[in-house]
Amino acid sequence: MPADSLVKISDINFAYDDRAILNGVTMEIPRGRLVAIMGNSGCGKTTLLRLIGGQLKPTSGTLLVDGESVPDMSHDELYAMRRRMGMLFQFGALFTDISVFDNVAYLMREHTDLPEEMIRDMVLMKLNAVGLRGAHNLMPSELSGGMARRVALARAIALDPMLIMYDEPFAGLDPISMGVIGQLIRKLNDALGATTLLVTHDVHEAMLIVDYVYFVSDGQIVAQGTPDEIRASSDPFVHQFVYGEADGPVHFHYPAAPFEQDLMRQGAYG
Amino acid sequence: MVEKSVSSVIELIRTVGHHLNDGLQRLGFAARFFVMVLVYSGQSFRRLHLTIREIYFSGFQSLLIILVSGLFIGMVLGMQGYETLQRYGSSEALGVLVALSLTRELGPVVAALLFASRAGSAITAEIGLMKATEQLTAMDMMAVNPIARVVAPKFWGGVISMPLLAALFSAIGVFGGYLVGVVLIGVDEGAFWSQMQGSVDFRYDVWNGVVKSFVFGVAVSLIAVFEGYDAVPTAEGVSGSIKRTVVYSALAILALDFVLTSFMFRGL
Repeated sequence: MPADSLVKISDINFAYDDRAILNGVTMEIPRGRLVAIMGNSGCGKTTLLRLIGGQLKPTSGTLLVDGESVPDMSHDELYAMRRRMGMLFQFGALFTDISVFDNVAYLMREHTDLPEEMIRDMVLMKLNAVGLRGAHNLMPSELSGGMARRVALARAIALDPMLIMYDEPFAGLDPISMGVIGQLIRKLNDALGATTLLVTHDVHEAMLIVDYVYFVSDGQIVAQGTPDEIRASSDPFVHQFVYGEADGPVHFHYPAAPFEQDLMRQGAYG
Repeated sequence: MVEKSVSSVIELIRTVGHHLNDGLQRLGFAARFFVMVLVYSGQSFRRLHLTIREIYFSGFQSLLIILVSGLFIGMVLGMQGYETLQRYGSSEALGVLVALSLTRELGPVVAALLFASRAGSAITAEIGLMKATEQLTAMDMMAVNPIARVVAPKFWGGVISMPLLAALFSAIGVFGGYLVGVVLIGVDEGAFWSQMQGSVDFRYDVWNGVVKSFVFGVAVSLIAVFEGYDAVPTAEGVSGSIKRTVVYSALAILALDFVLTSFMFRGL
């Protein structure tokens, strides 16, 4: 990985009360690259995004974004940093009481003094980039899942952020929408000169567009590499994940007592 | 046997302590939240259109239920009041009875109860659903403070609307009393209005009613925004928050009414 990294995470630990979520995670996101964090549900991927965005503070470890320590930032410093970040939430998180146009214009109106005519042009440009210029008058309730995700994408890039984070952008989408979103993520990263962090469990779609992949399991990085390295990997976890095998290092069954013991347990029927 | 009863007593103490601890923690969080709302109110007042929008949603859209309820309560007061007063030959005092009942008590209290069920529950539902659909988190991630942008305008929208709604409730209630007492039953119109004018004191009766409705407005709005903001982000969690808004608001209104009344009218 190149030395100039926008995000540097070293030996991060995080726990909710006594439940450890991340254990000694170390990773770097180089500038201008598209990096994916993959892993099964509940492995700590989204927590990692929230730590980078400063919504959570790590128990220990260092986390630098553009050379500044996010956990040590004051409220104002954090907000200044977030203005340079864009985030796409799992289900879009569009503001349901305002139109598509106003959703995309939201950040411009909140954080800039641009005249309304200029905001209009910029919003239409962003919507055009995601192919939804014609839908600018619709309300979020009138959009399909894929369209809502694209509007949220246009909103995330409204102020040309240096870092764009995606939380499960492919979740619940049909194959066509998935492909569209995947290509948009790649194109927007290159066109804006941004750095992108993609959290997903959709291996096949992500492998087509990313530059580098980190695999997270039980709060630890278990594998990493370029998509070609990952495909060629003989690591059992990576193999199970990439080929979608039911059993392997990640067990099919939730930990339990032996089945026979449960069936024969006295009083099982009250 | 003794061991069992000792352990059940310990369990009872533990449960009570747990609930007490939880309750105090939540109260502390609510107090801290209230301070945060006040701190960020300046930001929301600088963008007055946000608060005006909330006055429209909370206040204007509650007008129908407030006016219709006020009219009927005034009409019932007119009937019940006449029935009682005419036994003592003082049916001309009907105007005084209707006006004092409404301005001092029924106006602020019933309007606040209706406001809590109509607008308070809607505020909680909206904020709770915004939380459940990650809209508040998204706002925070966009460096837009959700308390300044969403919560404070809703809070002040409720606080400003409440006294206005209570005043309208009382006014339409007096008209309802007039309709029944004067138009239908035939109480002397001059006596109805002149006795009312002579006996209702602006500072003592009307102003105290306004103070009451302002306090109820603060209580209901705070409960509504807090319950929404603190909602568990699931369908069940939001419905629980809405229920708590209505129940806690009703209890707070009635308890505060007793406290305020005992301070305001203790000379009587």
